[in-house]
Order: sequence, then structure tokens, then C-alpha cells
Amino acid sequence: MSQKKPEKLIDEKGIRYDGRKLDEMRPVKIEVGILSNADGSAYIEQGKNRILAAVYGPREIHPKHQALPDRAALRCRYHMAPFSVQERKSPAPSRRELEISKVMREALEPSVFTEYYPRTAIDLFVEVLQADGGTRCAGITVASLALADAGIPMRDLVAACAAGKVEDHLVLDLNDVEDKSSDGADMPIAYMPSLNAVTLLQMDGMLTPEEFEQVLTMGIEGCKQIGQLQKEALKAKYTVVKEGEAEKGEEAEEEAKE
Amino acid sequence: MSSIMAAKVRAKRVAQLIARGKRLDGREVDSYREIQIESGLIERAEGSARVRMGKTEVLVGVKIEMGEPFPDTPNEGVLTVNAELVPLASPTFEAGPPDENSIELARVVDRGIRESKTIATENLVIEPGKNVFVVFVDVYVLNHDGNLIDASALAALAALLNTKMFNYEVKEGEVKIKPGYKPLPLNNYPIAVTFAKINDKLIVDPWLEEEQVMDARLTMAVEKDGKVCAMQKGGYGTFTAQQVLEAGKIAQQKATELRALVVKE
Repeated sequence: MSQKKPEKLIDEKGIRYDGRKLDEMRPVKIEVGILSNADGSAYIEQGKNRILAAVYGPREIHPKHQALPDRAALRCRYHMAPFSVQERKSPAPSRRELEISKVMREALEPSVFTEYYPRTAIDLFVEVLQADGGTRCAGITVASLALADAGIPMRDLVAACAAGKVEDHLVLDLNDVEDKSSDGADMPIAYMPSLNAVTLLQMDGMLTPEEFEQVLTMGIEGCKQIGQLQKEALKAKYTVVKEGEAEKGEEAEEEAKE
Repeated sequence: MSSIMAAKVRAKRVAQLIARGKRLDGREVDSYREIQIESGLIERAEGSARVRMGKTEVLVGVKIEMGEPFPDTPNEGVLTVNAELVPLASPTFEAGPPDENSIELARVVDRGIRESKTIATENLVIEPGKNVFVVFVDVYVLNHDGNLIDASALAALAALLNTKMFNYEVKEGEVKIKPGYKPLPLNNYPIAVTFAKINDKLIVDPWLEEEQVMDARLTMAVEKDGKVCAMQKGGYGTFTAQQVLEAGKIAQQKATELRALVVKE
């Protein structure tokens, strides 16, 4: 599946080549709790991105010397499948993947009450099955849900989204082609909506101070939208009431009224 | 446990000072340590520079070789940045393959240079798609006393400014080296400015004592026209959008100050 790069990524009316408006996110589909072995798991599709996340732990830590006396060690592995990109990617972890694993861990750790589980490990695995730009953000979004699904106490969900500049327009949620356009900029942001706290912030490309402020604001708005979708995904998993149970519930309510 | 208790006591002390706008080493919250830059001390390298930022010391060597371009950019030379946290620089550094800290350091320095299009890579092509110049920027940390990113980025820029390209000619498909040198073509001068957040306050150029107790770190690279060209947050703490914008304003001023130390125009 080769991607043809269109001549212009954004037309005169401000519509992007994939039909989106400038501040419009790609379609997002999230599922929580889909792997039976993991303590928590989640799956996200954002545009053509397809990413799985799984959490194991809190569990005994190996090697032992990595144990932290005052909190759990959150360990994070971001990894791309060899078939996830156009040219086959070697399965050995690249420098890019190691850096993303680090910033991802630092983006998620502020949200977790690691101090509840000293000397243990919380292992987080993020596998990119198909990549289409913005995988670190979608990876954080889905990883945070996997942590929640594992029942680990958290201060807030971490929602992530990128904003940036493409062909002199400021846009939300860049896909791969937009990200690679020349003279653009990309600013991935992770954010805890209830705490108004930015937990990941990176940027490449060039932005004037004015553009910088606008992109930051737009990205945080995107994170808030993602945060809503995360909540809905958790509710879809945990508040589905089985039919029989629903009737019982109604009866109980009626009894209570009487 | 004792080390954790000691760290917590120290963290409290540093935080109390910063709340009053003071720092352990007597600096203002927005001032750098004393900076010394020496260029061209490695004769075997095409370019080199050593930066001392307080007790932090970083040496950068630039080597230029011929090699293949990337398939998607056949008409551009190649930039490669690598960082070594040399074991002699700190009791916490170990020999072995690069760990995530050295990879992050290299990639943040790389991003500042690459995104600001500092090196005119289009002028480094010998034969399109086949033979180009590869610029290796090797960051060598010699003493770690905090803020390796700013010291390394500054040393990398100083080394690139000091880099000499050999003259050459292409005869019957063969590259021949000619005598004489010319400077490496540069378009821009990015400067990295790093902040630490301690006790909800931003300070510039954290030294080791402050890095050990900081909640989070934010680096902004600013190019010559004041555009932000790279950014990296580190550490387990968080920032508010307001703090990021405040950091952006301070970074502009600091970048101008630091740039004047290396770029003499």
C-alpha cells in the first residue's frame, strides 16, 4: 500500500487532502480490555494508526536491582512491528523507539500513584501494528487506558494529541504525510485534563512565538477531546449492564421508591 | 533508604531557596553559570569545540566523510549526531552501549540543528543519490555537573562554526581531494535553553544538585530569528501551558545571550 503524496496538502478552502478541517482530529476508535493475559489492555485506531497496549503489574521486579524503595518502577517499551511502516523496520529497538519509550514513561508516570507499590514493577508494552503519524501520542492515549484497565490507582487519565504546522496552516493531529511535509512543525502533547498538567511536550520544525502559542493551545484542546473519548471507552467497557442485571436493577430501584 | 532521606532533605533546601528567588550556588533563577568556549582543539577533527558551563564540560568533534545519502533525500548531505556519556565524567555513567539518556541527549541536540536547517545539506552533494558528505557530530561529555543538553548544543554549534571542509574535484567519476579548506556552509545558529521546574518555579541552566531534585525539565531550542525549532520535556513532573509560554519568553532572551558567545558577526 504505497501512499501517493498529493500536490497540495491543504486546499484554498482550508480542507486537508484527507477531507478534514484544520482543527479536526482523525476518526478515533478505542477498545478497552481486549487481551486476556494482560492485567490491563487497550487498542486504538486513530486514522490508519493501529496500536495495542498492555500492562502487567504491579508485579515482582526483575532484575532486582531495578527495584525502587519508595515507589513502583514504571517500565515502558514502545515498539513498532516490522510491517507497520512502508519500508520494513528492523525489529531491533531503534534510537527513536528508545527515546519514545523514555518520554512515554515520563508522560505517564505523573498520573500513576507509584508510591502505593514500592519495590514492584509496572510493565507497560505499546506495540504499533500500523503507523500513520502521531503514534507516540496515540500510544500514550491507549497506554493510559491500559493502566486504568489494570485497576492501577491514577490521578487522571493522560490524553495525548499533536498539533503543528502544514503548508503555513496550523493544524490538529498530523498524519504521516503531513508530518513529513517540508517547512512544517509537529508538537506532540500529553495532558491530564482534570489537572491542567502537560506531561509530554516535544516539538520539531520551526514556529514563531505567536504560532507556538496557538499550536500549544490547539494541541491541548485536542487532548481534551481525546480525554472525552477515553472516558467513553472506559464506560463502554465497565458500565455495560447485562440485560438480566438491568431488570434486577430496575426492580431494586422501584422497591427503593416504594 | 538513607540516600533517599538525604535527597529529600536536600530537595527541601533547594526548593525553599528557590521559593525566595535564590539558588544554592548564588545565581539568579534566570542566569547561566560561567561559560567558556574553546574552538579547534582537536586537529584531527574537521571541527571541534569544548564548552565549560560551570563544572560541566563537553567536547564536540565534527568529522566529515563521504557516504551514501538517504534514499528519500538523494540531493542532500547527511547529518548524524551521537552522544557518549563517557564513564570518566560521572560516577553514574557506565561503559557500554548508549543508554536512553545518551540517546535522548543526542536526539535533542540533533533536532535543534536539523529542524533549524543549520547545515546547508544541499551544498554537500557530490553525486546526487550516490555520493554525499556525511557530517558526524560526536558529543563527548567529559564532566557531568548538570544541564548537558545546553552545553552539548552550544559545543556542537561552536564545533560546526569551526568546521573546515576539504576542497575536492570530480575527475572521471573519481573524487580527488585538493589542497586547502573552506568553512562548512551554515544557515542558522540554534541555541538550546533548558529549564528545571522546582517547587513550581522555573529556573534556567540547572546544575547537578538542582537536576537531582527537579520535578521536570523543559528544553527549548531557538533559532537565529527567534523561532522555536525544537522542544523536549523530561522528568516525571508536569508543566502548565502558562509555564510553557513563560519558558518560551525567557528562552528567547537567553538564546540571544548565548548565541553572542559563539557567533561573532
